[in-house]
Amino acid sequence: MRPEIRFLLGDRPVRLAGLSPTLTVLAWLREQARLAGTKEGCAEGDCGACTVVLGEPQGGPGSGGMRYRAVNACLLFMPALDGRQLLTVEHLRGADGALHPVQQAMVEHHGSQCGFCTPGFVMALFALYQGGGGVTRAAAAEALAGNLCRCTGYRPILDAAVASCAAPAEDRFTAAAGDTAAALRALDDGASLVLDAPGQRCFVPASLDELAALRLEHPGAVLLAGGTDLGLRVTKRHEVLETVISLEKVAALREVVWQGDTVRLGAGLTYAEALPTLAGLHPEFAALVRRIGAGQVRERGTLGGNLGNASPIGDTPPALLALGARLVLRRGGEQRELPLEQFFLGYRQTALAPGEFIEAILVPRPAPDAVVRIFKVAKRFDQDISTCCGAFQLRIVDGVVRQARLAWGGMAAVPCRSPNAEAALLGQPWGEAAVRAAMAALVDDLRPLSDFRGSAAYRLKLAQNLLLKLWLGEAA
Amino acid sequence: MNANAGRPLAHESGVRHVSGEAQYVDDIAEPAGCLHAFILLSPHAHARVLRVDAGAARAMPGVAAVLLAADVPGVNDVGPAFPGDPIFADGLVEYAGQSVLAVAAETLAQARAAAKAVVVAYEPLPAVMDIDTALAAESFVLPTQRMRRGEPEAALAQAKHRLNGRHEVGGQDHFYLEGQVALAIPGEDDELRVISSTQHPTEVQHLVARALKVPDHAVACETRRLGGAFGGKESQASLIAVVAALVAAKTGRACKLRLDRDDDMLLTGKRHDFRIDWDVGFDDAGMIEGLDLVLASRCGMSPDLSAAINDRAMFHSDNAYFLPNVSITSYRCKTNMVSATAFRGFGGPQGMMGIEAVVDAIARHLKLDPLVVRQRNFYRAGRDTTHYGMVVEDNPIEPLVAQLAESSAYQARRAAVAAFNATHSWRKRGLALTPVKFGISFTLLAMNQAGALVHVYTDGSVQANHGGVEMGQGLHTKIAQLVADEFGLDISRVRITATATDKVPNTSPTAASSGTDLNGQAAQRAARTIRERMAAVVAEGSGVSADAVLFQGGEVVAGARRMSFAEAAKLAHRNRVSLSSTGYYRTPKIHYDYATQQGRPFFYFAWGACCAEVEVDTLTGEYRLLRVDILHDVGRSLNPALDRGQVEGGFVQGMGWLTMEELVWDGEGRLRTHAPSTYKIPATGDVPADLRVEFFDRPNAEATVHRAKAVGEPPLMLGIAVFHALRDAVAACGEGRAAPLDAPATPERVLFAIEALRA
Repeated sequence: MRPEIRFLLGDRPVRLAGLSPTLTVLAWLREQARLAGTKEGCAEGDCGACTVVLGEPQGGPGSGGMRYRAVNACLLFMPALDGRQLLTVEHLRGADGALHPVQQAMVEHHGSQCGFCTPGFVMALFALYQGGGGVTRAAAAEALAGNLCRCTGYRPILDAAVASCAAPAEDRFTAAAGDTAAALRALDDGASLVLDAPGQRCFVPASLDELAALRLEHPGAVLLAGGTDLGLRVTKRHEVLETVISLEKVAALREVVWQGDTVRLGAGLTYAEALPTLAGLHPEFAALVRRIGAGQVRERGTLGGNLGNASPIGDTPPALLALGARLVLRRGGEQRELPLEQFFLGYRQTALAPGEFIEAILVPRPAPDAVVRIFKVAKRFDQDISTCCGAFQLRIVDGVVRQARLAWGGMAAVPCRSPNAEAALLGQPWGEAAVRAAMAALVDDLRPLSDFRGSAAYRLKLAQNLLLKLWLGEAA
Repeated sequence: MNANAGRPLAHESGVRHVSGEAQYVDDIAEPAGCLHAFILLSPHAHARVLRVDAGAARAMPGVAAVLLAADVPGVNDVGPAFPGDPIFADGLVEYAGQSVLAVAAETLAQARAAAKAVVVAYEPLPAVMDIDTALAAESFVLPTQRMRRGEPEAALAQAKHRLNGRHEVGGQDHFYLEGQVALAIPGEDDELRVISSTQHPTEVQHLVARALKVPDHAVACETRRLGGAFGGKESQASLIAVVAALVAAKTGRACKLRLDRDDDMLLTGKRHDFRIDWDVGFDDAGMIEGLDLVLASRCGMSPDLSAAINDRAMFHSDNAYFLPNVSITSYRCKTNMVSATAFRGFGGPQGMMGIEAVVDAIARHLKLDPLVVRQRNFYRAGRDTTHYGMVVEDNPIEPLVAQLAESSAYQARRAAVAAFNATHSWRKRGLALTPVKFGISFTLLAMNQAGALVHVYTDGSVQANHGGVEMGQGLHTKIAQLVADEFGLDISRVRITATATDKVPNTSPTAASSGTDLNGQAAQRAARTIRERMAAVVAEGSGVSADAVLFQGGEVVAGARRMSFAEAAKLAHRNRVSLSSTGYYRTPKIHYDYATQQGRPFFYFAWGACCAEVEVDTLTGEYRLLRVDILHDVGRSLNPALDRGQVEGGFVQGMGWLTMEELVWDGEGRLRTHAPSTYKIPATGDVPADLRVEFFDRPNAEATVHRAKAVGEPPLMLGIAVFHALRDAVAACGEGRAAPLDAPATPERVLFAIEALRA
């Protein structure tokens, strides 16, 4: 059990002990490392002003590569840095003071006005630059969707992105990638961490068994995955989390295993890591996940976290409900499986027993002839919470609906299915009459709230119309 | 002479921005012993404060001071024009989010924890939240104002067609990326230096002095750059700076106050929302004959800047249209909400939204293309005097709109949209082309003045200082261009230093799009004074007169005599000639009589137009912006790169205001959208890939610097085209009937407008 974290700040090794395990990287950078280039715009992962880049070795030893990911420093707790390289806007200029190509492009394209969001954009651009080139305007817009700028209207920033990220990366970071990867591997002792600070303790287990044991031993501890939701308890509600178990180092939680036509997704997979697999399950699922948060959030947020926080407005639950997912829950040495429908008990309440955690999610691949559509409606296309999310899977045999799974987010206290609407479809000829009946039946299934994202009347109307869109899409 | 002016030079801080080296207030290394302040906000929209018990808080770790209303030595008010904005609530809170007290401690966490430990007993009172209640109770922050021309009642009665309606236009949060922040550093005796993220350093200086009961000369306010402002740091920065100053004065220690995003959005003011009731009479051609407009705005709990903002809404109720007989009534409603404040456009956009809704309704009624009705009603010769008596002297709107209609292929696309809509049941497209006419000058006469201070050093480098604040718009770049050109220097030889009240005093806020017009003239004059002195020195004995001396390419040339600018500076210094000068400018020609509501409040108008096309999903109300064409009048551009940045950024901000940006208050008067997770401003994906921006290239008829035009606010109103494109798409769901669509046109409002038409 190692009592300190070790990481590279730029190319400089840093060892830290005694820090609060819920100290954010943003606060540490600005207040302790005195690196003020990284800005706080919102402290909730929605503006990207605090974007920094995490580097880690890519491939096995000897491959010499580094992978760089843009993340929000405001929601990143210090233990997440262990074994990684942290790059901030201060690290990009060359030793001779020359601007990095993405910085140079931002100047040449007039991509900054007030400049406050600029360091965050620059770091998101840096990660994009390291991603291999060939960046189109659309790809740039997606990569920068998590960075808000209130001055420019984005056009010059997107121009800068396309201009600087067209060719494959070639800079001093790619030149030093082998050395950086070697330095990081040298830091990696495979150890678990126990980080103590006054009034706080954080465990970072390195194996699944260790995690299971810690979870049993500390049933009241907070399980910390990517922190994109949990982090808000610290940055917004200013809570002190006394005991934290971080899943950061449990590699087994990030495995993808196909078992026949069912995929077993480790609960610790980030959205970004899971995306290729989800695309293989169904392109609609991938399209939905690309609209969860933005790049910085998807690099940290996890599938298990999106279920475990039991938010009624998470986006993966309706999709997983529609696909018929089951959860693998673990408590100590015991495992059990649970259909996802039975997991959500109430607002932010789950079927997890004390000491239990989500180990994996089992998702059957939809049959080739299954109809799968997923809709997300929000005020803004990118980086917004769903006003209503509808995910549907139908089996239609000889023109008759034989299976119907209609699942919803944002429409009740928990992610849910709609039994009355499903019943209205089942056994009926697949046609507008059945769809209209299902739309009417939704009134009995869904009890949406009115809030700042939409009125109850709008949400219900949306849900009904999404069924109509399902039908119109299939009819077209 | 203009080696710099007119060129698309990069922002003077561009390299510092991209490298993270540009310092904002929160980035400045704090002085030793610096305290951190936290403001406790009222949870109630309207309540009596019965009791405050801060005993426990004062004893908490790290706490250095707890400040209440009684602890303010001077005036407990930061109202910019009228009183009504207490620093700390004095027995009464009038909005949820109002400052009740402040705690200063060694760390922000300690200050926050202590503030939450203060026990405040409230007695809630009935709150006025909506316009109807305010009107019924005659709850106003300021007296009702009226403008009138001709005989609107008779014109309405006699018109062949008459329509009336109501249009609601929402507010907007500034969402500057850098939240409100100030650092106060005590000096000797009663001296205090305040580093503030403010658009108005002079006002911060004056209000700090007034709150501390010290003379203005004891307080210096300094501002290097703002991380965005948009009007939100014109009056709203004062409270933050004053609280930090109060702590510094009381404790003798430096104090920083930085609001986090939620507190910033709860505590500080936003754009006024408006309700516009209209009654219009018009002829078969769609020409407006009579119009009655009633503008009611929610001003919140205090007057703040609402007088001038609502005045500007009245001044812009015509947009680009001649209104022969018109009556405008403006109610400035007092509500138990945060006091609404300046926001890019300053009431003008809301006024323009009203008349654009009227014109749209006329067109739908007559089954004419809205663009045709717009063009017919434009100001033109013989119909060129505004309802407040100002002659629209230099009016390019007809050729400008014609040029945009041509370049955007409006007619062909109008037909294509109709064809698309005829063949699509569930998706509808909409197209709109709307004009902008925006008056340039502060409507408060005294604000239309500026000062500058320029120093030439004997190495030939130049330092310039002026009263304007750099908030991203590129003001310092433009000023440096102008000063460099006066001296024939490369812009790299001119450094603009932080705006400071002890360098240039008694400044106006950087607002009303006026920054370059006012401060540019002042800086140019200061530089010109020095140049003339240098020219006289260099001319002496050269055989040419001083006014024939050329300053160009880094050299000073007097006939055959030629020397570097640095040599000329040294020569002047050796001859004991001052190389420092102030410069001063006041805007000519403007005057206004509020008693008669007649005059020339604006030096000139800035013009523009925008054509936008959208596609709406009529089952969800979601939409996409397909293409935008903009033609905007920046006069003769001083810096086309910066001006394009203002045009595009303003357009996107205006589009956000009218589409996705929605402020939602709950039944208790609490703002529920107080962070970017709930308040959505446009992101990368909301800007169309097909965005075509051109300048209407024509020098300003008035003698502005470089014959350029102000560009800060006018482009915001180009976003109105997007709103009307949405209305057009919605109207396509109801055989062209006018769409009952209010702003912001969220997907929910769009869907329900469609449902209403289909019902």
